[in-house]
Amino acid sequence: MTALRFVFAKPWLWSFVAAFGTWLVTILFTGGASTLGLSQAALTFAAFSIIVGLGQMFVVTLGPGNVDLSIPATMTLAGTVALKVMDTQDGAILLGLLVTLGVGIGIGIANYALIKLLRIPPIIATLSSSFIVQSIAIATNRGIRIKPPAVLAEFSIASFLGVPNVAWLALVISVFAWVLLEKGLFGRWVSAIGQNMRAARLAGIPVDGVRFLTYMLCAVLAAIAGFLLSCFSGGAALNMGSEYLLTSIAVVVIGGTAVAGGFANVPGIWGASLFLFLVVSMLNTYGASAGVRMVLTGVIIIAVIIAASRKAVR
Amino acid sequence: MTATTTNPVISVNGATKSFGAVRALAGVDFTVHPGECVGLVGHNGAGKSTLVSILNGGLTPDEGTIALNGQPAVRYSIAQARATGLRCVFQELSLCPNLTVTENTRVAHRGLRGFGWRRRARALIRNKLDDIFPGHGIDVNQAIASFTIAERQMVEIATAFTDAGTGLSLVILDEPTSSLDAGLASQLLAYIGRFTAAGGAIVLISHILGEILSASTRIVVMKDGKVVADRPATGFTIDSLVGAMGSVVRTREGRGAASAATGTPVLSRPARGQAGRAFRVFPGELVGLAGLGGHGQTDMLVDLYMGETNAWLPRRAAAVAFVAGDRAEDGNFPLWSILRNMTLTLLPQLTRLGLVDGTRESQIATDWRQRIEVRTKDMSNPILSLSGGNQQKVLFARALASNAAVVLMDDPMRGVDIGTKQEVYAMLRAEAQKGRTFVWYSTEMDEVCQCDRVYVFREGAIVAELAGAGITEDSILAASFAEAAA
Repeated sequence: MTALRFVFAKPWLWSFVAAFGTWLVTILFTGGASTLGLSQAALTFAAFSIIVGLGQMFVVTLGPGNVDLSIPATMTLAGTVALKVMDTQDGAILLGLLVTLGVGIGIGIANYALIKLLRIPPIIATLSSSFIVQSIAIATNRGIRIKPPAVLAEFSIASFLGVPNVAWLALVISVFAWVLLEKGLFGRWVSAIGQNMRAARLAGIPVDGVRFLTYMLCAVLAAIAGFLLSCFSGGAALNMGSEYLLTSIAVVVIGGTAVAGGFANVPGIWGASLFLFLVVSMLNTYGASAGVRMVLTGVIIIAVIIAASRKAVR
Repeated sequence: MTATTTNPVISVNGATKSFGAVRALAGVDFTVHPGECVGLVGHNGAGKSTLVSILNGGLTPDEGTIALNGQPAVRYSIAQARATGLRCVFQELSLCPNLTVTENTRVAHRGLRGFGWRRRARALIRNKLDDIFPGHGIDVNQAIASFTIAERQMVEIATAFTDAGTGLSLVILDEPTSSLDAGLASQLLAYIGRFTAAGGAIVLISHILGEILSASTRIVVMKDGKVVADRPATGFTIDSLVGAMGSVVRTREGRGAASAATGTPVLSRPARGQAGRAFRVFPGELVGLAGLGGHGQTDMLVDLYMGETNAWLPRRAAAVAFVAGDRAEDGNFPLWSILRNMTLTLLPQLTRLGLVDGTRESQIATDWRQRIEVRTKDMSNPILSLSGGNQQKVLFARALASNAAVVLMDDPMRGVDIGTKQEVYAMLRAEAQKGRTFVWYSTEMDEVCQCDRVYVFREGAIVAELAGAGITEDSILAASFAEAAA
C-alpha cells in the first residue's frame, strides 16, 4: 500500500517502469542473446539525450513559453568548430573543449539577448538564432568531415566497468544538475520563476540573471553533447543534432517535469531517455518498418504521458 | 417584526458538514427573510465560508435540511439556487480578465442570449454600476485586465445585482468592501439599504465591524462551526461583537510621540506634479500611504522596490522586502510548501557555495511558524492548503525573516480576520521598535492611523503629509477628496 502510494507520488517512476518493460520485452524476443549489447547501446545513446534533456529541463521549468529550440544547431556548431580547431591532434583536446564551452556560452548570451533586448518570445528567439547558428556551422566546415583526435574517438566509444564512458559523463552531469536543482539556491530560484515570475521578482530574486544563466546552461550542455556526439560518430555532420530537438522536449515531458514550469525532475530524464531509445530498438527487433515505428513511437509516448499524469486526477 | 410573518427566502436547519476529521459546521440554523440584511461574522475558520457554500448549493450538508420560500428543497444545487434568485459575490474575484465588462455580464447571466445580447448586457450592467456606484468612471467595453482591483470588485458586485429576467431574491456578499475605499464602501452600503427596503435580502460578510453594524438589520455570529449569537443589529456594539466572536479587544497602543523624522532618509522619491510632495522615509519609521484605493500607492511601492533591487545580480542581504496584498498575483508560489514560500527571501543568507542549508532553513521556518501562529500541522503542506489569512501570515514571515531594513507592504490585510490583524500590528510595532522601517499602504483607516507619518495620495501624486496627532480620519479624508469636492 505504502509502496503503491510511493509509486503514484513519483511521476518519474513511470518512465523507468516503461523503459524496463520495453527492455524486457526486447530481450525476451531475442531469447536473452542481446542483453549486454542492447543495454550498452541504450546507455550510450540515452547519454546524449540526457545531457541535452537536462538543459532543456531547466529552461522549461522557467515557466510557460520557455523552451530552447536552438539545441540542434548548437550541437552541430560545437561539434564542427571543435573538430576543426583540434584538427585530429591529441594535443589540442583541451583547446577543443574550451572552444566547445565558448560556443555554448556565446549562443546562450545571444539567445537571452534576443529574448530580453528585443522582447521576442523564447520559442521564436531560439528558433531564429538556430538558423543563424546552423548557417555558421555550414560556413565553418563546408561539409568536410574532420575526424576527431584518436584519443577522444577511443574514449567516446570505450566503456569503464561495463558502462559506456559517455554514460558515466552523463551521470556526473546529472548529479551536478540534481544538486543544483534540489539543494542549490539556483534551482529554487528557477522553480520560483516558473511558478510566478512577478512574485519571484518581488521576493528579491534576480529574475533576469537567473533566466540568463539558465539559457546559457542549456546551450553549454547542448554544446558538450554535440562535442561528444561528433567524437563518438567519428566526425561532425551538419544534421547530427536534428533528432535532438524533439527528443530534448520529449524526455523532459515524459520524465515528469511540469510542462507549465515550476517543477523539474532529474531522474525522470534518465528513465525517459532510456525509454525513447528502447522503444525504437524494440520495434526494430520486431522488424517494424520505418513508418510503423514512428506511429508506434508516438502512440507509446502518449500512453506513457497519460499513465504518468493519472496521479494528478487522484 | 414584519420579517417573521413572511416565508424566509432560505432557511437551513441543523446543518452539519465535516471535511475528513475537521468539523466545519456543527449543527447550524440559519434563516434569511425578505427585506433583511443579515450580517455574518466570525474568525477565519469559524465556518462562514462553508455555510455560504451550503446556501448557494455548492456543498451538500452531511445532515440537516434546506427550505426555499418555506418549501423543503430536495437535491438542492447551484442551478436551483440561481433559479431561486440567489447570487454570490466572493472574496476571490471570479471575473474573466480577458473579457470586457459586458461579456462578463453575459457569462454570469445565461438569459442574455440571442440577437442583440451585447447591447442588452451593456445597458444592464451600465445602469447597475451607475445605480450602485454613481460616478464610477468604468468603461464597460474595456477588458477586465485593464482595471484596478477596486474596479474589478465594483464590476463583480454590480454583476451580481443585475437581474436579467430570472429574478433576484438574495445576494450573499463575502467581503465586498475589502478592496474598496471608504467612499465606494459607503456607496455600496447605501445601495444595500435601498435593495432591502425594496424587499431584497442580503447576507453580508465583512471583517470591518463598523460596516456590519451600520448595514445589517440582524447579526449572526459564528464560532467553531456553530452560531453563537443571533440578534438584531441594534443589540450589538463593536466590543460586544468582538467579544461574541471570542477574541479580546486589545486597546490601541499608541506609538507614543512620533519618531523624529531626521537624519538621512533610507528611501526617497522626488515630488510629482504641481501640488505633489516629496516622499522620504527615515530609519525606524512606520510610514503610511493613504488615500482612495488605486491612486498610485501600489505603483509607488513597486517602483521603490524595483529601484532598490537588481534583476540581474543577486544580493546576499536583501535591502528591502515586499509584502504582497494580491497574494495570487504577487505573493504565492502555488506548487510549493508553506516552508518554501516562507523562506524564499531570506534564502541567500542561508546559502554557502550555492547550496542552501536545509537544516537551518527548517529551523527558521519552525521558529517563525510559532511566532506568527500559522495554523497548520505540517510546514510541508502546500501553501494553498492554508486559509487566506494564514497565507498572508506566511508572506509577512517571508519579509520579516529576512534581514531587510525596509519592509514595503501593499495593503496586506485584505480578507484577514481581526485576531490575525491584531497579532500582525503587534509584530510590526515590535519590529519598528528594533529599528526596522515600514512603508504601509492600507485601505483601512484604523491601520493608517497606527503610523508615525502618513502620505495621502491622489491621482498618482502625494498631496498631503500628516504626522503624529495630525493623523486623523478627518484629515486623511479631507486630503483624499479635496479636489473631488471642489
